[in-house]
Amino acid sequence: MYGLLIAIGIVLLLSVLWMVYRIQALISVAKGSSKKIATTSNKVNAILLMVFLIGGCILMFWYSIKEFDNYQLPVASEHGVITDQLFWVTMAVTGFIFVLTHILLFWFGYRYQYDDNKRASYYPDNNKLEVIWTLVPAVVLTVLVFTGWRAWKDITAPAPEDAHVVEIMGYQFAWEIRYPGKDNILGDYDYRLINATNSRGVDFSDKNSFDDFPAQQVVIPKGEPVLFKIRARDVLHSVFAPHMRLKMDAVPGMPTRFWFVPTKTTTEMRAELGDDEFEYEIACTEVCGRGHFSMRRVITVVEPEEYRKWVSEQESFIQRNPDLISDLPSDLKELAEIHINESK
Amino acid sequence: MAVANVSSHDVEHHEHEHHDSFITKYIFSTDHKMIGKQFLVTGIFWALIGGFLSIVFRLQLGFPDMNLEFLRPIFGGWIDETGKLDPNFYLALVTMHGTIMVFFVLTAGLSGTFSNFLIPLQIGARDMASGFMNMLSYWFFFLSSVIMFTSLFLEKGPAGGGWVVYPPLSALEQAIPGSGLGMTLWLIAMTCFIASSLLGGINYITTVINLRTKGMSFARLPLTIWSFFLTAIIGLLSFPVLFSAALLLVFDRSFGTSFYLSDIYIGGEALPNTGGSAVLYQHLFWFLGHPEVYIVLLPALGITSEIIATNSRKPIFGYKAMVISMLGITILSFVVWAHHMFVSGMNPFLGSIFMFLTLIIAVPSAVKVFNYLTTLWRGNLRFTPAMLFSIGLVSVFISGGLTGIFLGNSAIDIQLHDTYFVVAHFHLVMGSASFFGLVAGVYHWFPKMFGRMMDEKLGHIHFWITFVGIYMVFFPMHYIGIAGFPRRYYTWTEFSFSDMYTDLNMFVSAAAIITFAGQMIIVFNFFYSMFFGRKASLNPWKSNTLEWTTPLHPQHGNWPGEIPTVYRWPYDYSKPGSKEDFIPQTVPLSATPESNLPHEEKLVNLEKEIIAEEGQILVANESKEES
Repeated sequence: MYGLLIAIGIVLLLSVLWMVYRIQALISVAKGSSKKIATTSNKVNAILLMVFLIGGCILMFWYSIKEFDNYQLPVASEHGVITDQLFWVTMAVTGFIFVLTHILLFWFGYRYQYDDNKRASYYPDNNKLEVIWTLVPAVVLTVLVFTGWRAWKDITAPAPEDAHVVEIMGYQFAWEIRYPGKDNILGDYDYRLINATNSRGVDFSDKNSFDDFPAQQVVIPKGEPVLFKIRARDVLHSVFAPHMRLKMDAVPGMPTRFWFVPTKTTTEMRAELGDDEFEYEIACTEVCGRGHFSMRRVITVVEPEEYRKWVSEQESFIQRNPDLISDLPSDLKELAEIHINESK
Repeated sequence: MAVANVSSHDVEHHEHEHHDSFITKYIFSTDHKMIGKQFLVTGIFWALIGGFLSIVFRLQLGFPDMNLEFLRPIFGGWIDETGKLDPNFYLALVTMHGTIMVFFVLTAGLSGTFSNFLIPLQIGARDMASGFMNMLSYWFFFLSSVIMFTSLFLEKGPAGGGWVVYPPLSALEQAIPGSGLGMTLWLIAMTCFIASSLLGGINYITTVINLRTKGMSFARLPLTIWSFFLTAIIGLLSFPVLFSAALLLVFDRSFGTSFYLSDIYIGGEALPNTGGSAVLYQHLFWFLGHPEVYIVLLPALGITSEIIATNSRKPIFGYKAMVISMLGITILSFVVWAHHMFVSGMNPFLGSIFMFLTLIIAVPSAVKVFNYLTTLWRGNLRFTPAMLFSIGLVSVFISGGLTGIFLGNSAIDIQLHDTYFVVAHFHLVMGSASFFGLVAGVYHWFPKMFGRMMDEKLGHIHFWITFVGIYMVFFPMHYIGIAGFPRRYYTWTEFSFSDMYTDLNMFVSAAAIITFAGQMIIVFNFFYSMFFGRKASLNPWKSNTLEWTTPLHPQHGNWPGEIPTVYRWPYDYSKPGSKEDFIPQTVPLSATPESNLPHEEKLVNLEKEIIAEEGQILVANESKEES
């Protein structure tokens, strides 16, 4: 249906254009207007430049203001507030330059349209002007970069010691989540250990992995630092948590990390937005194949007490599936079994 | 003496050229003008293919529920039983659109066309330094085109990992079907393409350095030539790095090496590769990839400089500043590549360094914009289609350039990276700006290429559809990007944060379709005017540069007699005192005492001496020939 409409539209457009073309070609031959420069068409184009300027400005401001709440995603992390602020400061600066330069561009186009009686002024250079418009952008950019750099330095600084660790592993086409358990240390992993029962390749001969547990969603406490340890098991992926202003590639063979402090629980955000179904989400932003567009995981931000309660209720890998430790040497196996019994 | 002998030999040589057969004239031609036209026509072909692919995936994005059954005759099994586009093929479309537009249209179609066509004509040379290598350059490009085109028809589809073809996705056939034969052909095609670019680039550089006519010092080169020259240098230094990246990828794919592969478990098995680094590929790729942005942009800026000056009837403002800023861009373009990789997992300290370097490169770009604006100020503007597209270029260059300030700032880039904000940014600053430069160049030099005029009214209509259309397509993408919509998504409805803006996406798609349809106007105008256009006059735009001193249909060798000597820079428009509002480069300063500036008066004496000396040589030469 759409196809037919589009096809008809194109045919109509083409035939209209063809007729316009023939008619204007004949008229211009009859008039002999091709020699003149200050023609009506020159004037029309000059006016259209102004129309474009004014129309474009109105459309831009109207839509930007009307839709603001729609495209401005709510922010729920400490550093996100800072980067958002940087974003809007940069927007103000560039927006001003954008409007100013466009006014000059189109106004000059209109103002200095061809006139047979006039002559352009011969104005080949002015070093003072060049120096000014080299230095001014340089200074403005330096300020913007410097504030950006300070934020970047803080964001990428090592995570605080007490940050809650969550491992996120990307694969085609989903994320696997692993928590380090009570010791807050993730057990080792090796991609060669991956199989149907151990999809993350966790090395259970490492004692730190005994209390590691899986989760269906990322549950994190509000107001406390959280460290995402990110890896991939097949191709590149990228962890994107839009409300946290968080993005980091997941690279096979090279673990990456990103830490942040969530500032609003899911419940608080739901109340704020008046949307009972709101969830924080994780998406993939590095093209990874057929299912790239569907790698969704939910992040649930809860109050710290609730978080601790949730953690204590989780069952570790070896509790869920004691087979995982069946191949371990006897001393390690004993330790692991003690661990299982303790947590019961 | 030697000089005169060479040129008289050239004249004789030129007379023999009339026996060109169809094959040597139109196919295996060594004439730079014909090679330029070959690049142009191939570029137009690719632009239509690349544009069409984008329309198909825009249909998917804007009208996700649409039944695409009508595309089955073209895409066959890629349209499933319910009339939906296959997600793998969607990725292949995105990949091929990017590859085609960046390399085949905006590199070969722009640089290939205008460097070839204009360098000898504007510097006053009979041809490129090596006509044969130049021919080879086109035919490598042609071979590359054939291979890339073939890959579109493979059973498993063409390459599908995005135009950057990051491994491991591009290295492992298990990861995506496009990484099979499609990717192999992609790599072979790109290798041929790189060979073509290098052959062309060496030629452009050599020609500009060695074959400038008498008096054509570097300070008198039109800005077009400066831009082609610097573009060729960037290409020569960066394309080999892409070649090395591609070569290592070939090794990883076919010979079991682990340059980029490490710790991979896929398709139910752990691969033996360890120790490689996927990020290494990204560094190598972007070491070309970023300069590539300037490879497509600089020629467009050069073309625009020339067209804006000519049609403002004013010298380009700040010629020296323009050259210096292009030099600055050339050098800086090599040290900003990692700003594409802020969140790739690379050391954040490197991110800081590249953020500073990236924002420095914004300064010369800003200088160029202000110089364009000042050139327009108090000009006498003729809105030819070429001029309108040049003004349009300045506009999209500003719009796209400013969003670069967001993306170059690593703290802000965390959120915007790989969202539609990036798509909007580079489609404006790189895609549209270069495309506008290409189109402006076609409108401006068409009379020189084919001896006929393109239709001006159609050009105006084409401009307004394209200019408004481009903004309608790419401006809304900023909003979509700020909202966080990721790139290369088959559909956004899987996520609640991006499950909106169906209306805006529909609008963008509709605008894209109209804009693409509007391009048929220039295709028609181009081919129709080639045969039936109005006959052009020798210098239709009253321009100063040398190409307009050639005959209407210059033969191989460009000028029938001596190559003209150059006496002045190319921007003497509306010089006070002179009767006409332009003084071609071939007019001696001594012939225009009424308009010379004080410092030029001193040059007049020098010039008289040279002319006298030349006269003597000519006389001596003639008497020798007579005897």
